[in-house]
Amino acid sequence: MKKVHIVLLILVAAAIAVLVSFLQTTTTYDTVATAKAKPGKFVHLMAKWDKSEPLEYDAIKNPNYLSFTAVDSLGQKINVVYHNPKPENFELSERLVMKGKYMGNVFECQSIQTKCPSKYKDEDPSKHVPQEDRKTTYNNTPPSVATDKQ
Amino acid sequence: MNYIGEDLLPGQVGHFFVIVSLVASLAASFAYFKATRVMLPEDRKPWLKLARGAFFIEVASVFIIFAALLHILYHHLFEYKYAWQHSSRSLELKYILSAFWEGQEGSTLLWTIWHCILGLVVIRKDKEWEAPVMMIVSFAQFFLATMILGVYFFDVKIGSNPFILLRDSGVLDNAPVMHVGFDTANPVRPDYMTLIKDGNDLNPLLQNYWMTIHPPVLFLGYASTLFPFAYAMAGLWMGKPKEWVHKALPWALFSVAIFGLGIMMGAKWAYESLNFAGYWAWDPVENASLVPWLMLVAGVHTLLIYKHTGFSLRATFVFFGLEFLFVLYATFLTKSGVLGESSVHAFADIGMNGQLFLFLLVFVWLMPFVAATTNRQRTLIAVTALVLSVGTYFLAEAIPGFPLYVILAGIITFIVLMNKQVPAVKKEESASSREFWMFIGALVLFLSALIIIFQTSLPVFNKLYKLNTAPGENNEFAYNQIQVLVAIIIGVLTAIAQYFRYKSTPGSLFLKRIALPTFISALIATFILVVIKINYDKEGLGFLINIWIALVAGVYAVVANIMYLFTSLKGSMKNGGGSIAHFGFGLVLVGILLSSGKKEVLSHNTSGIAIDFGKESKEISGENLTLVKGIPMTMGPYKVTYEGDSAHPKKALTYFKIHFRSPSDSFTLYPNAFINYKGNEGLMANPSARHYWDHDVFAYVSALPDPTKNKDTAQFAVSSKKIGDTIYYSRGFIVLEKLVGKDNLPLQNFDKTDTGYTASLKIQSINGPSYQSDLLMIKGKGQVLFQSQDTVMAQSLVLQLNDVSKGVAQIGVKESSAVMEYVTLKAYKFPYINLFWGGVIITVLGTLISMRRRMQLNRAR
Repeated sequence: MKKVHIVLLILVAAAIAVLVSFLQTTTTYDTVATAKAKPGKFVHLMAKWDKSEPLEYDAIKNPNYLSFTAVDSLGQKINVVYHNPKPENFELSERLVMKGKYMGNVFECQSIQTKCPSKYKDEDPSKHVPQEDRKTTYNNTPPSVATDKQ
Repeated sequence: MNYIGEDLLPGQVGHFFVIVSLVASLAASFAYFKATRVMLPEDRKPWLKLARGAFFIEVASVFIIFAALLHILYHHLFEYKYAWQHSSRSLELKYILSAFWEGQEGSTLLWTIWHCILGLVVIRKDKEWEAPVMMIVSFAQFFLATMILGVYFFDVKIGSNPFILLRDSGVLDNAPVMHVGFDTANPVRPDYMTLIKDGNDLNPLLQNYWMTIHPPVLFLGYASTLFPFAYAMAGLWMGKPKEWVHKALPWALFSVAIFGLGIMMGAKWAYESLNFAGYWAWDPVENASLVPWLMLVAGVHTLLIYKHTGFSLRATFVFFGLEFLFVLYATFLTKSGVLGESSVHAFADIGMNGQLFLFLLVFVWLMPFVAATTNRQRTLIAVTALVLSVGTYFLAEAIPGFPLYVILAGIITFIVLMNKQVPAVKKEESASSREFWMFIGALVLFLSALIIIFQTSLPVFNKLYKLNTAPGENNEFAYNQIQVLVAIIIGVLTAIAQYFRYKSTPGSLFLKRIALPTFISALIATFILVVIKINYDKEGLGFLINIWIALVAGVYAVVANIMYLFTSLKGSMKNGGGSIAHFGFGLVLVGILLSSGKKEVLSHNTSGIAIDFGKESKEISGENLTLVKGIPMTMGPYKVTYEGDSAHPKKALTYFKIHFRSPSDSFTLYPNAFINYKGNEGLMANPSARHYWDHDVFAYVSALPDPTKNKDTAQFAVSSKKIGDTIYYSRGFIVLEKLVGKDNLPLQNFDKTDTGYTASLKIQSINGPSYQSDLLMIKGKGQVLFQSQDTVMAQSLVLQLNDVSKGVAQIGVKESSAVMEYVTLKAYKFPYINLFWGGVIITVLGTLISMRRRMQLNRAR
C-alpha cells in the first residue's frame, strides 16, 4: 500500500466521522404544537407574525427586547421573545423561520429569518399594480372599450 | 386587440434571436462533433467551417438578445414584465445593469455571453483543440439557451422568457382595473399602459455599486470553469489523455483567479451592504460557489504535479470533471428554489427544477460518454442516460433518493472508464517530494469541499428522502469547527511544500532552507498571540486553541512564501506567481482568523437610558443601543451622538448622521435606511463604515421610532409654581425663572384688554446639560386665547403654560417618548479586515501572474 493511500484512508475516515457528528447536531423544522412538545430543545419554528395580537417593542426602554405572537399554518399561537430589534422586513414577511427554544410559556428566539414575497421572488404582482386609478374617466367610457373588443 | 403605447419590436427581436441562438448552438455542437470524428484534414475543413459559422451566429444572437433586454430596461419599457419587475424610472444607470442581472433570465444571459467571449478566444488561439473543446462549450450553450426559451412543450415549461409581456405574464390577471369593464374575466384593456406608471424597482439591498460589478465578474468566473472541464473532456474524447494539460493550465488558473475574485466581491458586497456584520455567513448560495472553486484549486495543483512528475493525472480528471458538475449543481441549488428555507438569498422556484436537474444529469453522463473508448460503450451509456433521465421523472417520488443515485452512477461510471483510458504511475511518491505534499493538500481541499457541500445540501436531502432536518443550533460553527482544521493543514502545507523539490529532497537541504522561515514565523506568531491576542471564547477552549494553531499556520504560510520568493526565486515576480498567490492566501487565512476572532460589538447596552431590561429578559445585555438625538452615549472607547438625518433627493432613503468621538479620534458615519419602502411598513438598513488601516468601525440602524405606533398617551401634569420654584421630572428638574405679564399686545386679532404671559424656564437634566424654554399664553376675559407648547427634545419633555393669576403660574409638564427622536444602532469593530481584502487581491494577482507565465511557456513550446 502506498503512503498516499494510507493518508487517503485516514482523511476519508476523518471526513466521514466529521459528517456523522455533524448529522447529530442537526435539528428539525417544527410547528407551534411540536415545538411546545419539546421544551428546551432547539428547533426551527415556522410561523408568521400574528398581527391581531399586540407587539411589544420600545427602543427607548430596551432596544433589545421584542415580544410578539406568532401563529403557524395550523392556526396555533405562541408567544415569542427575541433579544434584538425587529428584524428587517419583519412587517413585510409572509413567513418567519425562528430559531430557538420553547422555555416556560414563551419561545425564546435566537434568530429570526424573514421570508418576504418581494425578495428575489416573483411576488404577488397584483399588489403593486396601480389601483388608485379606479376612479378615472375610464369609468365612464365602457362603450368605446366595447367597440375596441370587436 | 390593439394595445396602446406598447413597443413590441425589441421583444420580438430578442425572442427571435433566443431561438436562433438555440438552433445555432446545437448546430455548432453537432458540427464540431463531426469535425472531431472525421480523420482526413480535408474532410474536417467543411465541418469546422460550418461549426465556426454556427458559433459566430450564436455569439451575434446572444449579443443581440443582451442588447434588446438592456434596451427594454434602459428605456423603461414596462410593457415587458422583466423591466416592470426589476426596475423603475428613478433607477440610476449603474443600477439598470444591476436590475438586468437581478432576475434569473438576466443572470443566465450574463453567463451565456461570457461563454461566447471565452469561446471566441479558444477559436482564435487554439486551433489544435478547438473542435473537441468547442463541441462541449456549444453543448453547454445549448442548455443555457433553453433556460431563456420560454416555451411550453406539452405541459412542461421549458425556460423562462425574459421578453414576456406584462399582460401575458399573469401579473395583471387579478387586477380588475386593468381589464375591460373592470372584470378580470375580460381581456386586458387596450390602454392599460397608461396605468403602468412605474416599475416595481430593484430590491433596495441590491442598490449598491458592488451589485453592478460583482455579478459580471462572478459569472465570468462561472463561465471560465467550463474550459478546464472542456479541455479534460476533449482529452478523453480524442484519446489523448495527456496532451491537453498544458493548454488547460492557463484556463484553470484564470478560472481560479476570476471565480475567486467574483466570490470575494460578493463577500465585499455582503460586508458593505448587508447587516449580518461580516463577509461570509456559510449561506448555501455562498457555499455553492466556493465548493467548485476549491475543487478547481485542487485540480490546478494535481495538474502541476502531473506536468512535473507524471503523477496525479487521474485525480486531475476527477477534480476538473467534478468542478464543473458542482458549478451546475450550484446553479440547480440557487435557481431551483430548493433552498427556500435555508438561504437568505437564493432565487425562488420558477418552475424550472426539472430542466435544471436535466442540465446536471446530461453533463454527468456526458463524462463517461467521452471517457468511453468504443462506440458500443458510448451507445450503451447514451441509452442508459436516456432511460435514467426518463426514469428520474417517474421514479423520483417512488424511490427515495433516486435522482442522487442517477448522478452518483454517472460519476462512478466516468471514474471507471477514465481509469481504463488514463495511465497511472506504478512507482510511489517519496515522502520527501513536493508532489507528495501537494497531493495531500489537494486532497484535503477536495474533501473539505465535499464536506461543505454535504452540509449545504441538507434541504436537498430533505427533498430526496422526505426528511425534516434543519441546520443545527449554531450553523456557522458547524462549518467553522471543521474548516479551521482544514486551514491548519493547508496553511502548513502552503508554507512547506515549495521547500521540497519534485521527486525527492535531501533531508538536510530541506531543513536548512526551512529553518529560517520557521523561526521568523514562530516569532511573528508569538507576537500576535501574546500582544494582539485572540480570546474568542464563544465556542470553548478547544476551538480557541484550534484558532491559535491555524493562526500560526497562516503566519507560516505568509512568511515562508514571501521568503521563498526572495531567496529561491531571487525576487522574480514574473516567475513567482505561485509564491505570490500563496503569500496572499496566507494573508487571507490570517485576516479571517484575526478579523473574526477579534470582532467586537461596540454597541453593548451597558449604560445609558436603557437600564430597564424589561420583564423576563434575564438581563441579557443586548447588542443594540438607542441614541436619542443630541445625547452622547458611550460605545466602547467612543462617545457616540446621533446628530440628525437627511433624505436622499430621489429615493425614499434616509441618511443618519452619527458622530463618533474618542480621545484620539473623531469621525461621522452615515448609515442609511429605506423607511417604509414602497408603502411597505418597515426598515431596510445599510451599514456605514469608517476604514482604518488596521480596523473598520461599522454601524447600522437597527430600529427607528414608529410614528404611527407611538401614540402620545402621556398626560400633562399641572402644578402651581411661583418664581424660583422647582418642578421635578424623571431625569431632572425645572426652575421657573421669570414670569411676565403684558397688556396691549402688538398683535392682530387681540383686544387691548387681553394679556400675554411669558414664563421662562430652566430645565436642568441630571446628567449635565441644561436647556431654556420660554412659554407664551394669551388670556382675555378669563378665557385662554392662545397657548404655545414647547418641546425639549433631548429630555422628551413637552411644556405649556396653562394659567397665571397673582404671580402663580400653572405649568403643565408632559414626559413622552413620542416626541423623542432617536435611532437604535448596532456597531462593530472589525480589526485587521484589510489583511483579508488585501490577501484576496494578492492571491488573485499572483494567480494571474502564474497564468501569464504558463501562457508564455505554452507559446515557447
